[in-house]
Amino acid sequence: MGDFFTLSVLVATAASAIRLATPYLLASLGETIGQRSGVLNLGVDGVMLLSAFFSYWTVLETGNLWLAVLVGLVTGLAVGVLYGVITVRLSATQGISGIGIFIFGLGLSDLLFRRQVGTPKPVRRLPNVDIPVLSDIPYLGEALFQRNLLTYLAFLLVPATALLLSRTTFGLNIRSVGENPQAADSLGVSVERTRFIAILMGNSMAGLAGAALVLQLGIFQPNLTQGLGFIAVALVYFGAWRPVGVMGGALLYGLVNATVLQWKALGIIPVSGSDLANMAPAVLTILALIVLARRVHAPAALTRPFTRH
Amino acid sequence: MGSDENILEMRGITKVFPGVVANDNVDLDVRYGEVHTLLGENGAGKSTLVKILFGLYKADEGSILLRGQPIAVGSPSEAIASRIGMIHQHFMLVPTLTVAENVALGMTSSRRPFTDLDAVSRRVSEISEEHGLAVDPSVEVRRLAVGERQRVEIIKALYRDAELLVLDEPTAVLTPGEVDDLFVILRRMADAGRGLIFISHKLREVMSLSDRITVLRNGRVVGGTTPAQTSREELAQMMVGRTVRLTPEKPVLDDGPALLSVENLTVHGDRETVAVDDISFDVRSGEIFGIAGVSGNGQRELAEAIAGLRGVEPGSSIRLDGVDATGDDTRARRDRGLGFIPEERMRDGAIAEFTVSENLVLVDYGSDEFTSRGMLAFGAIGQHSRRLVDEFAVKTPGIDTPTSSLSGGNIQKVILARELSASPTVLLACQPTRGVDIGAAEYIHTRLIEQRSIGTATILISEDLDEVLGLADRIAVMYEGEIVAIVPAEEATRDKVGLLMAGVVDPAPQTNS
Repeated sequence: MGDFFTLSVLVATAASAIRLATPYLLASLGETIGQRSGVLNLGVDGVMLLSAFFSYWTVLETGNLWLAVLVGLVTGLAVGVLYGVITVRLSATQGISGIGIFIFGLGLSDLLFRRQVGTPKPVRRLPNVDIPVLSDIPYLGEALFQRNLLTYLAFLLVPATALLLSRTTFGLNIRSVGENPQAADSLGVSVERTRFIAILMGNSMAGLAGAALVLQLGIFQPNLTQGLGFIAVALVYFGAWRPVGVMGGALLYGLVNATVLQWKALGIIPVSGSDLANMAPAVLTILALIVLARRVHAPAALTRPFTRH
Repeated sequence: MGSDENILEMRGITKVFPGVVANDNVDLDVRYGEVHTLLGENGAGKSTLVKILFGLYKADEGSILLRGQPIAVGSPSEAIASRIGMIHQHFMLVPTLTVAENVALGMTSSRRPFTDLDAVSRRVSEISEEHGLAVDPSVEVRRLAVGERQRVEIIKALYRDAELLVLDEPTAVLTPGEVDDLFVILRRMADAGRGLIFISHKLREVMSLSDRITVLRNGRVVGGTTPAQTSREELAQMMVGRTVRLTPEKPVLDDGPALLSVENLTVHGDRETVAVDDISFDVRSGEIFGIAGVSGNGQRELAEAIAGLRGVEPGSSIRLDGVDATGDDTRARRDRGLGFIPEERMRDGAIAEFTVSENLVLVDYGSDEFTSRGMLAFGAIGQHSRRLVDEFAVKTPGIDTPTSSLSGGNIQKVILARELSASPTVLLACQPTRGVDIGAAEYIHTRLIEQRSIGTATILISEDLDEVLGLADRIAVMYEGEIVAIVPAEEATRDKVGLLMAGVVDPAPQTNS
């Protein structure tokens, strides 16, 4: 245990926590936007699997990382259109539709991977980019400011999403259609349009999350996410539908993951117990949800399709 | 000038929903500077007509002229752009947003893409001052009282510079005092030249506020009049299509024994706060004991405590026919003769998906009459149901019709039939005619008086002051969980009870030294 509490190991753990938090954060922020508009998307994991596969395949074929990020985003957007049509235009039940999207993403990514790639081959990863000056701060610089661009983007999206929701006209529309769509409708705010755009934004961010996941790992395999997208949905509740709270949840999750990895590497956790240790983040989430999630109220119209009558 | 010039003309409006003609060739004129009332029962087509005006529905036929120009309103935003404002029956407010955010919603901002809440707040304050609509723009709407929320709704319309304002049953949730305040504001808005469409079925309000009245029945205009030319009785007759007795006649009865005794009853509300605070009263055989009060002053909790749906605090006692029933569950209380007509008829009174027949035996399905050897006796249930449907004049295609397809008044008759057929000794009737047509309400009142004549002790909880004043022998007024006064019917006036409902207890008699 003493090996863990050395400065260099702690810095490495913090750095890896932030890296591991990135896909969670991107996906959860996107899900936050969707849920604030009253749309629950349980299909995040499926979106991430699809975008992770297409990003991976793009790097494999072209070697172009930024094209791969773009492909990830566009994949998310495309699934968003599908999900928007199903839940907003056709008013289908969100819970079941989301599970459908998950199974669709899981199956299709698996199928395409087997047909097009076959066996996992490593690809280039997202390079770390040092931020001038800041990255030179001892320890802190190494942990925070020598990360990849998607990580920086994810953390920049926290204040951006907060600002969007609390200060912009569109954010006001999002919040009102998530709380009382009838009221928004009566004032000429299009509930359908607002929710559709919120879904597109959320799914694009889930697409980026899938890209971040696979491009940080540098490899794809079937069911790469292993439920990461579902955790991202849970983190929205954990974070009380607020971007900063969601970031806290993503960081906590990343930290627990990183610590478990580090402890395994240091032999603090015996190999025989590693499967149990892998469950730690999930157990922690459930506990945190039980303790924290009771105090806040979800958007009142969450999961409720809107119809005029 | 202006008062004989029309701001709005709706011509030959027809709207058909599957199976119902909601509006049948309806004409409506509204002049600048007048309050024009649309009067009619539920389902008469009032709301449909104004929803067409506001772009929420599309008319099948007919035309709309606004300020002399034909317009086609395709959506609420087009209506708002044409300076039509609407105050909906249910508040169209987002509780988690502030007053200013609620007002800004749907408006374009001068600082796009951001909302300019400071500018909105300033304008809201100006409007508040100008029209006497006091409200703090920075407060979240969920923290506001009902009367204040109503003001926010009016401010929203004024902020959008509405010149034609539709008010769909705006008084439903207000106290008599708040209604008076609202009417002063509305009258002032009309005097400033705006056209107002006031929708209501409360005859007293219609008579006091309107300049002109258009009466709708079954989707058609059945007449137009003014308060000076008509009376409440005549209006009721136009609405219903036959003579209606607005004030029920009650025979004089002797005092009977107390069948329900409530002593030191304290009940907690949903948030663990005291909702009913140490109240005591008796209800005697052959008496209707009215409980008046503004919604949310503990009436619901009181009713649930008496029905056995809500726990009571130590020291409380409820006795039915002299026997302590404080610890009894709902079934045991029913077995002791308690009948219960709950406030939320679709939540607590009936199961919407069940048939009329199933709802009619919802209490007694397990009795020997309706169950034999563990199987429901459909023959007996059907016979019983057909008899009740006839006796209580429930308008339904049949006893196997899903209850949800009936009108509110007929669902209430189903519940009434079930509860009264059990011959209750104590009847707890909560908001028995809320949202019910005048015709059905008249019937329900007659039945409640019949129960009184055969010796039932009735507790009538109602927010409709006319109903309580018309039926009750004694009136208890609840305010903040307490009974602030019990007034005998002979001494109860609207003003007196209205003041008590607002928490104003009679000042001590003046003494001269």
